[in-house]
Amino acid sequence: MIRIPCPHCSARNSAEFRHVGEAAARPDPSTVTPEQWRVYLYERSNPAGWITETWFHTMGCRRFITVERHTVTNEIRSVRPAGSSGPEPAEALSGRADAGSPDAGGQA
Amino acid sequence: MTGAASRRLPAQAGELVDRSRPLAFRWDGRSYVGLEGDTIVSALLACGVDVFSRSFKYSRSRGVLSASFVDPGCTVQVDDEPNVRGAHRRLAAGMDVRPQNVWPSLRFDVKTANGLVGRFLTAGFYYKTFIKPQRLWPAYQQVLSRFASGGVTSRQNAHGYYDKRYVHVDVVVAGAGPAGLAAAVAAADTGAGVLLVEEEYELGGHLRFSGEESLSTLSELRAQVAARPSIEVMTDAVVTGRYDDNWVAVLQRNVGGAIERLVKVRAGVLVAAPGLIERPYVFAGNDLPGVMLSTAVRRLVNLYAVKPGERAVVLTANADGDAAVADLTRVGVNVVRVLDGRAGETIRRATGRGRLQAVELEDGTVLPTDLLVTATGWTAPTSLINMAGDRPVWNPTAARFVPSGDGLPPTVLATGGLVGDGSTDELIAHGRAAGTLAGDRAQGRAGGGVPDLACEPHPGMFRASTHGFVDFSEDVSSKDVVAAAKEGYDSSELVKRFTTATMGPSQGKLETINTIAVLSEATGRAIEDLGTTVWRPPYAPISLGALAGRIFEPTRVSPMQGWHEGHGGVPLLAGQWIRPDHYGDAAQEARNVRENVGIIDVTPLGKLELSGPDVPRLLNLVYVNKWSKLAVGSVRYGVMCAEDGVVMDDGVTGRLDEDRYLMSTTSSGAATVWEWLENWLQTAHSDWRVHVTPVTTAYASINVAGPKSRELMQRVVEGVELSTEAFGYMQVRQGRIAGVDDCVMWRIGFTGELSYEMHVPASYGLHVWEALLQAGEDLGIRAFGVEAQRILRLEKGHLIVAQDTDGLTRAHSAGLGGMVKLDKDDFAGKPELAWHERYGLATAPRLVALQPVDATAVPPEASQIISSNGDILGRVTSSRMSPTLGHGVCLAQVDPAVAAAGTVVTIRLPGGGDIRATVQEDLAFVDPEGVRLRA
Repeated sequence: MIRIPCPHCSARNSAEFRHVGEAAARPDPSTVTPEQWRVYLYERSNPAGWITETWFHTMGCRRFITVERHTVTNEIRSVRPAGSSGPEPAEALSGRADAGSPDAGGQA
Repeated sequence: MTGAASRRLPAQAGELVDRSRPLAFRWDGRSYVGLEGDTIVSALLACGVDVFSRSFKYSRSRGVLSASFVDPGCTVQVDDEPNVRGAHRRLAAGMDVRPQNVWPSLRFDVKTANGLVGRFLTAGFYYKTFIKPQRLWPAYQQVLSRFASGGVTSRQNAHGYYDKRYVHVDVVVAGAGPAGLAAAVAAADTGAGVLLVEEEYELGGHLRFSGEESLSTLSELRAQVAARPSIEVMTDAVVTGRYDDNWVAVLQRNVGGAIERLVKVRAGVLVAAPGLIERPYVFAGNDLPGVMLSTAVRRLVNLYAVKPGERAVVLTANADGDAAVADLTRVGVNVVRVLDGRAGETIRRATGRGRLQAVELEDGTVLPTDLLVTATGWTAPTSLINMAGDRPVWNPTAARFVPSGDGLPPTVLATGGLVGDGSTDELIAHGRAAGTLAGDRAQGRAGGGVPDLACEPHPGMFRASTHGFVDFSEDVSSKDVVAAAKEGYDSSELVKRFTTATMGPSQGKLETINTIAVLSEATGRAIEDLGTTVWRPPYAPISLGALAGRIFEPTRVSPMQGWHEGHGGVPLLAGQWIRPDHYGDAAQEARNVRENVGIIDVTPLGKLELSGPDVPRLLNLVYVNKWSKLAVGSVRYGVMCAEDGVVMDDGVTGRLDEDRYLMSTTSSGAATVWEWLENWLQTAHSDWRVHVTPVTTAYASINVAGPKSRELMQRVVEGVELSTEAFGYMQVRQGRIAGVDDCVMWRIGFTGELSYEMHVPASYGLHVWEALLQAGEDLGIRAFGVEAQRILRLEKGHLIVAQDTDGLTRAHSAGLGGMVKLDKDDFAGKPELAWHERYGLATAPRLVALQPVDATAVPPEASQIISSNGDILGRVTSSRMSPTLGHGVCLAQVDPAVAAAGTVVTIRLPGGGDIRATVQEDLAFVDPEGVRLRA
């Protein structure tokens, strides 16, 4: 089980989160074409590589976060509150590389 | 004790058995006595029993092979527990041990006939034979399941006590042989917390059965472990898997009163030190009881003081085989011949009826014997490092797969026999270096290097000149592998799947290399080119009970649950909630609501308090209808659709004060809606000033319904004018109920009657509930349950989201099209609903009310509506007998072609037979004008 470095709670087990899916920008409903809307609803890039996705910290801070994750290695290179801009490097948030106490702690 | 004379030896150095503690037990219906410290199998061997099971396919007698957890012939039933590893499980007094897969008995087995027709049961037999005709599959299944092993489970047994535990530790060491013990000690000395996991009951690995010198080294290592409180030791436990970010699963058996405990460990660094597993040799008769691996002999002699035979032939290609010869000689076994594999010597076959009787050598010499010991090589259980990304490579010098050294993250290290060979001191030195590095890395330090541990040369011995078993659990012979190769299954992964070799309970620990070696022989391709199969979790079997753990299924109840239970409330499980379905007679409860007044506990209704100046914007966004003009003191019914236009939830929201709202959701949708609102607020409109607070259980909710509701309310409500003029339909008021302040009450009409829904501070829920019952006694008040409410709402034609809608139902198909306000700038699902309204309505299903023509008929929910030629035109989504009207009432999703009022449709009942029903003008059967609920 991977750990997600939550920007609010520090590194936590992914089981605490709901994986919402690839972040998809919502088109302007007043000008959107049916094709664009279908892309927004259903089409995901599903890359073997870097993906920007949304996670919801259901059993933690209950905040939506935007995560850049590598789908092959599960490396996470940035996390930030969803709806904000400017990625923050994951290392700064996850603390030391070992397990130690982050799972148990959470007062980052 | 019965049967043959005792094979128990005099006291051995390092023996585990306690001769002062005899344990009586039963095997196959007879009484035996073993010693404390025995395994089931060692106790039986000491009593002269040497056949423990029948093989899977050919029903051949099987005895001890490895005398370890993976021993394929030693799986037994203990009391009501099937598939117990008899060569591992410690004997306990009173155990009732029975053989498995021996119908009708261990001694006489009808399936032995299969041995005679063995050529029909070669690899792929099942795939090829039991295919056609398909209608016979159930019969095949019955016959074959009779032949499959697996023991007997009792259907009466409750879920036993299983446990789970979470551990966060710097270093996990998997395996407590010399290298693992040294690694744990060294890691602890760096300041790291250590978890040391050992599959056996004691620490030490092979040091336990390798002579006096090893025992003294072991006691030193054990003392070092014991002296370090930062090392936690788990024995009879096994690391079953390594997952992302060093999430390590440990299965602990028989611990703290639990049958099994699954320990979920987040480890800084994992040190894999599983040692080596001895590999069987392939020759005709290699599965006869009496044919054993050298490590089995050494375990039996040294750990359990059991004499494994009287006359032995030993085939040895390494020092461990030589040590077995020494052990046998020491305890008085007549070793009639030692064949040295290093000098090219080997055997041809083993023969015997039901057990080993003779060994035939390559030159044709036949040696009568009751014990044949082989020491022909090792398998490195690379399982854990496989899971961490390493792909093992074939080392032809050592004749085994070894870690490639590539692909492992810095948080996974390997040590001991898994890596290479060496003296005890060299293994300890390697373990110590690995442990130090692990401890350093886990604490964020770079750490030093780990020396190489070279592999010693070992002859590549896999198969003699005859064919024998490569997989004892699955009864796969080397001939099957050759046949599979001939049929074109010429890669290791394909052969595995076609022959099922390595797929049995031993999971390749004994079988993998021989399978690949025989395949190499058959295809002429080198082993290094064929590669090994990938070891996946779990490394050792885990019971479903351990995965389930203790049953932590939270249940939620309202503050009035005690009252319901005391008044005949029949519980209904609705998601996590337990609520009363009815109190004995739902129809009577429903009639009472129509005639007098009833109260229902609707606490599970989802409730969210919304506050802030931008709440109307949020409501406009998540509901399809308009919310800008909702006045203080009013409530409105709203429908939420997802972005694809499918109905997601519904409920009413009331404006309590200028900036404070109370939103209600369906009971099952509360969590989803809360997340949905947060999603919009956090990701799309973080500038909106709205606070969402879940208050579902902060309030107890009671719905008062029936023509006498107002009269009842007047008796308990203070400070709120209740007349229709002052407090009309779809209005909300706050006030005091039965002396309780801060109650919210709103007039809505799910039941179709005059109705007040009140939300009172939860701790006063029971008080208000009882006050209502008391105050309404002369009005004929009765509590009603969920079933009566379902009847009432169905009579009124009110839909339930997810009952009368499904995952494809857009608002229009739920009869809610009129609520969709496309002139709003935006709302969730707007574009989809706009196109649907323009292009989709002609073909979209519609929600209609159906009345069966036969007044006594009530088609079960999910009955299909069919056309004259049998096409499906829709389905009944809700149906009940109406106590008010005396005929069946239904809601249904139907094709627009049959949605017009007056159409008579055919409903096919699930049990067969058709009934007819008429499409109604209105969804409501009772009071379609809404006079009653507006009263």
